[in-house]
Amino acid sequence: METTVNELLQKYPEGKTENLIPILQDIQDIDGFLSESSVVKVGQHLKLSTSKIFGVATFYNQFRFKPLGKFHVQVCRGTACHVLGSSTVLEEIEKSLGIKAGNTTKDGLFSIEVVACIGACGLAPVVNINGNFHAKLTGEKIKDIIENYRNQ
Amino acid sequence: MEENIKTSVKDFLIDEVLRDFSNNSKDDAIKQQLAVLRNEKIEEPVIYIGAGTCGLGAGAGKTLKAVEKYLKEKEIKARIIEAGCIGLCSSEPILDVHLPSYNRVSFEKVTEDKVVSLLDKVFSLEIPEENILGQFKTHESKEWEHVRYFNEHPFFAPQKRLVLKNCGIINPVDINEYIARGGYKSFIKAINIYKSLDICDIIEKSGLRGRGGGGFPTGRKWKFANAEVSDQKYLICNADEGDPGAFMDRAVIEGDPHRVIEGMAIGAYAIGATKTYVYIRAEYPLAIERLIIAIEQAKEYGLIGHDIFGTGVDFEIKIKKGAGAFVCGEETALMHSIEGKRGMPRPRPPFPTTNGLFGKPTVINNVETFANVSNIIENGSEWFSAIGTPSSKGTKVFALSGKIALTGLIEIPMGTKIRDILFNIAGGILDNKKFKSVQIGGPSGGCITEANLDIEIDYESLIKVGAMMGSGGLVVMDEGTCMVDVAKFFMNFIQRESCGKCIPCREGTKRLLEILESITGKPQKENNEALERFKAVMQMEKLCYVIKETSLCGLGQTAPNPVLSTLKWFRDEYEAHVFDRKCPAGVCKNLKEYNINVDACTGCTVCSKKCPANAIVGSKKQAHFIVQDKCIGCGACYEACKFNAINVI
Repeated sequence: METTVNELLQKYPEGKTENLIPILQDIQDIDGFLSESSVVKVGQHLKLSTSKIFGVATFYNQFRFKPLGKFHVQVCRGTACHVLGSSTVLEEIEKSLGIKAGNTTKDGLFSIEVVACIGACGLAPVVNINGNFHAKLTGEKIKDIIENYRNQ
Repeated sequence: MEENIKTSVKDFLIDEVLRDFSNNSKDDAIKQQLAVLRNEKIEEPVIYIGAGTCGLGAGAGKTLKAVEKYLKEKEIKARIIEAGCIGLCSSEPILDVHLPSYNRVSFEKVTEDKVVSLLDKVFSLEIPEENILGQFKTHESKEWEHVRYFNEHPFFAPQKRLVLKNCGIINPVDINEYIARGGYKSFIKAINIYKSLDICDIIEKSGLRGRGGGGFPTGRKWKFANAEVSDQKYLICNADEGDPGAFMDRAVIEGDPHRVIEGMAIGAYAIGATKTYVYIRAEYPLAIERLIIAIEQAKEYGLIGHDIFGTGVDFEIKIKKGAGAFVCGEETALMHSIEGKRGMPRPRPPFPTTNGLFGKPTVINNVETFANVSNIIENGSEWFSAIGTPSSKGTKVFALSGKIALTGLIEIPMGTKIRDILFNIAGGILDNKKFKSVQIGGPSGGCITEANLDIEIDYESLIKVGAMMGSGGLVVMDEGTCMVDVAKFFMNFIQRESCGKCIPCREGTKRLLEILESITGKPQKENNEALERFKAVMQMEKLCYVIKETSLCGLGQTAPNPVLSTLKWFRDEYEAHVFDRKCPAGVCKNLKEYNINVDACTGCTVCSKKCPANAIVGSKKQAHFIVQDKCIGCGACYEACKFNAINVI
């Protein structure tokens, strides 16, 4: 991991602040989250204080500071999804995984994230698990889907 | 060999089509070749699959695999093209078949299990009766008898598709097809025959206004930036579509990325910018992927780069992925985000056109605004200004979702009645329920009720009824939607997304949410809670106005709109929540009271086992009882009871 962060930083040799967010996004794409050590490294590269980087990273919803589960469940809470019952879907997911949104299960299998709008409003309510869309959900349907992933 | 063909197509398009931008009378050979590149004249069958995000969500990926398998098994030589989204999300997955010398024909709801029977029929020249969307008029082809044309479909007939012209029709990642359909001609024409200020003039005369929500005249904005003298200017395409309920920018980029690039290229030339950015949501991976491919293709054709077509014009484009902050849709916040800072707005003036990105003159426009530009340059400002209402010209793309029969994207001329959109185009309310309201403009917008359904949509008319255009998300709500709950939903969103710079917005929206939570929360008998609630309700409106008047940016100034708008049109629902402690729509769980009908209860104990709060007491074969103080109103017992012994009040 140490080396990957270093390799990644080589892609941005200029060390401009402008590249901060793309660098953090790249790190998160590889590691799944932003670890303290990688943030410190980015700070050294861009000559920014760690606190400043955390300030930027915590401002944006995208950045996480905890590792994700093997299956990352993104629950869309956009308006259309809300009107068509996404709160029940979210509740059902939380209930069947035994964790609240924003957390990862102890076995590291599942993590839940609430997202503002995935932009698939025509298929509401929508849940995205590891990039696969599950559309027009109900509390019952999502239960089966979660079980399917668990048995994979 | 293949490389040669590729180069010759490229040379053909560049020399015969683009460099020859003003010559429309083409000889026959060129016309034929263009028809080939447009995929209208084909040698082997072509199968199109609508593979936008919504198509994929509905199972287009599986359909695609089933089609591949079918073609392989039957040893049929055919091409498969992954198109963008045609706009009718509720009919996805959509599959089109185009057989040589026949019209292209489109089918809806083609899930993987239907592929074999459908293709069997079509390949034996038989059109099945179900699942037909329509056929397209195709160059020199036979029509299918008894099959309606695509533009006769009630969803598409009233539309005027200018921005969405190619979406779902073409291969989005094939620059040849885009050019063969007239693409990039406007850009080449612009840099060859017009001065930069001429372009600003044309756009200003056309009456094009920003499609991101504010509605500022685009041409005027470009003129401001054009007049600035600077060693570097920037142009930004705002594709940070943060409004929940809006997805037109995503669909346009996924379905026709070159149109956006062309619009940006013309805009950059008009203001004298050489460096441009697309600020796009990271939540749209497919759109980003297609945009990257499109940019590479345009570079290869010399449409992006240094000294374009020998005119001395430079144009460069960079993608910046947003990191998930609603406030970054605000232009000054967006620029801070590109600079690598926290995305917080700053006071204006100075406006971005004088002091923008990295302190240089900058123009920011929305995806849809740019997607309109090439059409205007091609057809002239009079053509564009002939469409729409006196104050709002052209068309607007709306995203329809919620409790409506047909969901998806539509493009209609400004001035269309909302009633026509909902009941003619979109087929009315889902399950024939009663219409309640349509929410327009996302968290900054407002509600339109039955009484205002006949207004003609434009920027001004919407503001008059307390809503706003926003980016154009229309979320339809029926009698089963609780408007207090909707207001609570938006406040929850906004207080989370408030950047925290201004206290009225940061604290005020949180207080508004707390008030709404107490209105919809479980009645409590102690702590003078009822009195507090009434006090809060009385002050809610006042608080809204304080937030509106004292916040810095557009997000804060419009933050209380969901509350003000629902309060204005649905005060009775608020009153029912506050005074009667009832939710008329039956949505607010905490206001529901469950009790057990002693006569019907058999004492089977199923409900008490299901109850997550242990609120149901009773012994076996004896009637049970719900302890109201413990009940959380989840309804688990209601669903579990086989004897209909549980009543909801």
